[in-house]
Formats: sequence, structure tokens, C-alpha cells
Amino acid sequence: MTEEKIGVYICHCGSNIAGTVDVVDVAKWAGEELKDRGVVVSRDYKFMCSSLGQELIEKDIKELGLTRVVVGACSPHLHENTFRTACDRAGLNPYLCELVSIREQVSWVHTDRQAATEKSKAIVSGGVERVVHNQPLEPLHVPIHPATLVVGGGIAGIQSALELADAGFPVYLVEREPSIGGHMAQFDKTFPTLDCSACILTPKMVSVGGHKNINMFTWSEVTQVDGYVGNFTVTIRKRARYINEELCTGCVICQEKCPKKIIDEVYDAGLGYRKAVYTPFPQAVPKYPVLDRENCTYFQKGTCKACEKFCPTGAIDFTQEDEYITVQVGNIILATGFDLFDARRIKQYGYGRLANVFTSLEFERLSNAAGPTNGNIVLRDGVTTPESVGIIHCVGSRDKNYNNYCSVICCMQSLKFAHLVEERTGAQVTNFYIDMRTAFKAYDEFYQRLLEEGTQFIRGKVAEITDAARKPGEEGKLIIQVEDTLIGKQRRIPVDMVILSCGLEPRHDAKEVAKLFGISCSADGWYIEKHPKLDPVATMTEGVFIAGCVQGPKDIPASVSQGAAAAARVLGRIQQGEIALEPVRASIDEAKCSGCRICNNMCPFNAILFHEDRMVSEVNPALCQGCGTCVAACPAGAISGTCFSNEQILSQIEGLLLLNVRRPLVVETVY
Amino acid sequence: MTDAFEPVIIGFTCNWCSYRAADLAGTARVKYPPNVRLIRLMCSGRLDPTFVFKALAGGADGVLISGCHPGECHYIEQNYKALRRYLLLRRTLVGMGVEPGRVKLVWASAAEGVKLAEEITKMVAEIKELGPLQWPQWAQGNGHVAKVEAIPEEAAV
Repeated sequence: MTEEKIGVYICHCGSNIAGTVDVVDVAKWAGEELKDRGVVVSRDYKFMCSSLGQELIEKDIKELGLTRVVVGACSPHLHENTFRTACDRAGLNPYLCELVSIREQVSWVHTDRQAATEKSKAIVSGGVERVVHNQPLEPLHVPIHPATLVVGGGIAGIQSALELADAGFPVYLVEREPSIGGHMAQFDKTFPTLDCSACILTPKMVSVGGHKNINMFTWSEVTQVDGYVGNFTVTIRKRARYINEELCTGCVICQEKCPKKIIDEVYDAGLGYRKAVYTPFPQAVPKYPVLDRENCTYFQKGTCKACEKFCPTGAIDFTQEDEYITVQVGNIILATGFDLFDARRIKQYGYGRLANVFTSLEFERLSNAAGPTNGNIVLRDGVTTPESVGIIHCVGSRDKNYNNYCSVICCMQSLKFAHLVEERTGAQVTNFYIDMRTAFKAYDEFYQRLLEEGTQFIRGKVAEITDAARKPGEEGKLIIQVEDTLIGKQRRIPVDMVILSCGLEPRHDAKEVAKLFGISCSADGWYIEKHPKLDPVATMTEGVFIAGCVQGPKDIPASVSQGAAAAARVLGRIQQGEIALEPVRASIDEAKCSGCRICNNMCPFNAILFHEDRMVSEVNPALCQGCGTCVAACPAGAISGTCFSNEQILSQIEGLLLLNVRRPLVVETVY
Repeated sequence: MTDAFEPVIIGFTCNWCSYRAADLAGTARVKYPPNVRLIRLMCSGRLDPTFVFKALAGGADGVLISGCHPGECHYIEQNYKALRRYLLLRRTLVGMGVEPGRVKLVWASAAEGVKLAEEITKMVAEIKELGPLQWPQWAQGNGHVAKVEAIPEEAAV
């Protein structure tokens, strides 16, 4: 029998728990039935997490001399820390407090009051049995390396990198493309202010490029991540540029002289050409071009070297090879962005088959003064100005055939397109929308402005875009077939040009990247934040943060906010100099260890060393992450894990099965 | 008797995925039967088969083991170790007269609250179908021995 003095506290959580669970009964039951198990006081309270609720616990610890505390409330992921801190304040080691979930696991998922109450009793009983075996522990303190890795050089990553670097800490910024800038560098105007995207982005890019605290790796990828919060070891693959960066001045003569023209699928969205040696756009940062090996005549046919011949500084270097660089960082910010929904997947919209159906990104390039048409909005033939344009919203979004979610930016993007088309061509623009979503600052005002400008709006999901004319006036046009749901009629709208406002999708390789950094994706493929409201830039993996569209579709202001927020979180860590981690670690009792070495191979972190001289294994607590696999594997029972010991779990099982009150038939604890 | 039979299932969940899936099911107010009682482990790799024996011997009618999807383990690959142990454990349990359906391994990511709830609902229905385990009673030899001995023979075919 235990000599512990346990206090049990059952939370009503307003009506969240009390609405389904008879909390008074649970508290009363624990006080009476678990008296023999060490429970000396059992109370219920409206909000245990409130300061009054916490004071209740603190008072009992002091006055009744409690040695253990069990709180039946919400998930430990929400308030474990709250109650541990309360215990700590009252002088009880925080790890002697156990929070069991009777909200997420009971009241919110069950409806039968009696069954829910009984289950709550079992859960509380499990907590009581377990807490007896809790050990007083001290958190582990891990030093934080002051450098940070930022992956992705779009606007979110740029913001993160600048915030950190301006605060005086080193940043490694890794970008897959030859230049930083991301999708924002491709845009012409930004909604709702219609300021030029390049004008507001390029100064930031230049700041990144010239910042003494930022070490930029473009045309590079992260290939390996080892270690943990505070001290990650990251391997970066710096792909060969075939350009000597020391010598290159960025004069782009090589680009002019290169005879090989390739369609630019990335930056110009397939509308323009680039050379085999190229900088994606004039304001690219860094200024050095990239020589694309797959398309280079010299690499493919063995002869050419025009670039080398004309380079005034001799910066072309065909012998360059990929470099692998290893850096140490304390924290990681992932800002890898999004991919555009592939409009070819919606066959009835004819993208790729009907020449004058454009994607949103193609239109961005068309309307961009630095784009392939110098900003002239023309049809695919390159000369004809459209007289009528249809803009289709929600392409690949809010559609259970493709993506259920709303891509957030498409409504505003479509309004921006409508304005630009009208301003530059005078064409009649018709928007086809399901719902207009223009939340956030100054967005709805922009919508009102468009309404006044004479843009047509038709509410209905477009069924088909076809070039098969049926009526006079439809010849040579694209016909948009739609049910106008406001008048309840099928309509055919002939236009010269169609713009598909494509949704945003997670990067095609988002899953692999998530695995690399040890974080998880939602069912849609966006990275999961630690808490959807209260912790949107942290992840479940300590030291790995997310910012921008990688977390879910969002516009530029939100991406910038998240970039800054992630940087602020990292800065907090760096300023502290160290982080307190849960002391969940395994340890080996040398007296029991038989030296069988089974555990040695179980550990993916190589945290278990084998001492040949003494023929015993030992856990290195600095490397151990506390998964407990070795604990479960040890045939001698020599390994134990703090916070999740065999005693704790086996006792919790007894408690959950109410063996503690029923008095068991069999059951001998093995350990 | 089977009409009134409400099985007790002990669930072992991983701190990083399935326990959070259970949290998510709660936050989203997804409903499932109240027969399952969860224990949080840091990783499905922590699952010592002893825990399963302990639960079954202590009166549980089934055990649910849940971890991250293969390749998504928070500790790189420990769920594969859980999988190996589970397969061996299931064989052992069958040899001891426990129907294979009583101990289940389910992968559930932190986003799969609905999936976890569905798996729990399905498992409760399946265990109801199987009836009570009554291991403790068997151990005392109160007439169920023939039935117990028949299970491994059936499973072996």
C-alpha cells in the first residue's frame, strides 16, 4: 500500500466536461473508493486551470502535505504545464503531477452520461495508480546554437532571415531555385493596394544578399538533418552552378551569348524562354547565373563553350561539382511555400488544349512589365488584345474532386486580374465565383471598387469551357458554360480569353521534406502547426518552425507575419541561451545489464554506448530522445525510462481496469 | 448476455500522433463508443508486449496499439519496431488462445482524429462480436478450456 498523499482534482471546464460527465460523482467516487490507494482529498471545481483552481491545489499541497496530484481535466498537451507549474509554486516537484484527459477523451467524444462518468472514474483511477510511481525530476537544459537555418527563400523565408540577421544572429538561407524571391518575384501587382510586387520585394532580396549575418545557399537543397533542438547538424547540397562566384560580376554576357533557348517553365510559367546559362530575372539575388547542365550544349554534345569564350572574367567553370556543406544550427524555420494547382487535371476547363485558357500564374507573367510580353495582355498568339475575358474562381479549390479547402488568395487575385485587364485592355471582364471571400484589411473595399468599375460577377461553378460554337456570336470564342445560380438559369458566355484562378497545393515533395525535418503533414499535405490558434508557427518537433504557405494557403501579409513570428520564436530561444526539455530519458541499471547489446541496435540516435571493458551498455542522456524502444526491448529489464516507466504504465493499466478497487483475481507485476 | 456486453479496450497511443489524433477527435466532437481507455506512450516503440498481457490478464477484452504511419515516426523508425513486436505478439497470443482480432495495430497521424474514432468504433463492434475474453476465469479453469484450446487450432489452418 502506498504511503503517498494524493490529491484528486476534477474540472468541470464550465459545461465542457460537466455537461456530459457527472464530475461531482467522479470526485466523490475517487475520494471514497481510492482512499485505500492514497487519495486524501478529492475535489471538483468549475475551472481548475483558473488562478482560483490552481490556488486550490497549491493550498492543499501546503496544508495537507500532498505528495502527488492528479488533475482530471483537458488534454495534457493543453494544460499539463499549467498544473505542473502550480505544483512547483507550492513546493511539489512538478513531475509528481499527472493530468488525465476527461474532456478530449470523454466528454467531447461520448454522449451517454452514465458511461462517460464511469469511463472518467476509470481514467482518474489510472492516473492515481500511475502518479504513485512518478519520480521527482528536473528538466533537462539544452544550450541553443545561435545560428538558424531558414529553408525557402520566398517572402516568408526572406522575412524570417532578415529578422534574425538584423537582430545580430547568423542565418543560413537555403533556396532550391537559382534566386531567392519565390512566387512573389513572379507577380506583377499585389492586392489590394496594387503596388508593384518587385518594387516591394527586391529591396528585401537585396538586403538578404548583402547581409553580413546571412549565408545564402541558392540552387541548393537540404539533404540531411541530424540532432535536435539547440544543436542540429544540417547537410546542404550546393549544386554545381558551373560559375566561379569569386570571379563572376553578374554581367550576363554568358546569357546573351548562349545559343541554347529553353522554355522557362519555372519563372515565366512556360510563357517565355531562358538560356541554358541564365539568371531567372534581372533583379535575381544572387546575381550569379546558373548553368543548367541538362540543357547545356557542351555538357550534352561535348562542344560549344560559347559562354566560356565570351566571359570577360573567366568565371565559367565546367569542372565544378556538387558540394556538400555541413552547418550547425540551433533552430530551423521551414518556409518552402506552395505549388500551383495543375489546371490540366480539370479536363473540362481545357487548359493545355484550348490555347486561350491561361492559369493565374501565366497571367501574372503576361501582365508583368518584365514578363515575356513586356506587360501586354494578349492572347496566346502574342499580338491580339482580348475584348472579353472570363475569370474562373476556385479552380482546384473547394471542390471535393480536387481539394476541399479554400485557397484563400484566389478571390482577391481574381479581382486584381479583373482590374488589370480592364485598366490595360478595356476588355469586358466577367468573374465566375462560388462565394466571394474578401476578408481582411481593405479587401472588401477593393471588391466594392471592382463592382463600381463595371466588372461582371456571375455566381455559379463553371461546368465547361469549350470552343464548340452553337449560336451566332460564339464563333472563334471560348464559351463558358455555367449555371447562374442567382437567376437559376444555364448560361453560355462567349469570351476571348479565360483565366483560371488556380488554387494552392502543398509542394509535390512536401511529404519527403516533412520526413527529413521530422514534422507531420495534415491530410491535405500542409504542415501541421503545434496549435491551430495559439501556436501557428511552431511544430510538434522542438526547434522546427513553419512560416508562410507551407502551413496552409495564405496571402503575402499573412506570410510575412508568420515569417516574422517564426523568427521571433527563434530569437526568444537564442536570447535564453538554453531550452528546458522534458526529462524523458532512458537509463540502464548496470547491475542488471547482461551486455547482450540488443538495445544497441534499437536506438536510431546512437545514444547507447557499449563498454567493452565492463560488458555493459550505457545511455548517453544528451543523445537520448526518450522514445523508450530500448526499455521495451531489454530482456533483462535493466533499462528504465523516466516519465514512462514500466511501473507507471503497468500501474496505470491496473487503474484503468479498476483492479485497484475490484481486487484482482490474478495479475502479478512482472517487473 | 452478449446484448449487455460492453467490452473494455485498453489503447496505447503515441504522444506525437495518435494521442493527438484522440485530442483532435475531441476538439472536433467526433463521437465514438466509450469502451476504450487510452494510455499515452512517447512512441509505439515503447510498447512492451508485457503491457498487452497485463491488460488482457487484468480484464481487458481487447488492446488497441496505435502509432505514427510507417516512415513518419517522431523517432525516425521506432514504429517499425512496434510493428515487428506486434506481429510476433499476435502470433504468441493466438497460441495462448486469444483471437487475433483482440489486439489491433492502427496507424493514425495527428491529423487523423476521424480515422482513429472510426477504428475505435469498428474495434468495439468486433470485440462485441467476439464476446468477453475472460482470461482470468480461464486461468482458473472454469469450463472454458476447450474453447481456448480450439482458437490456435483454428488460426493455424
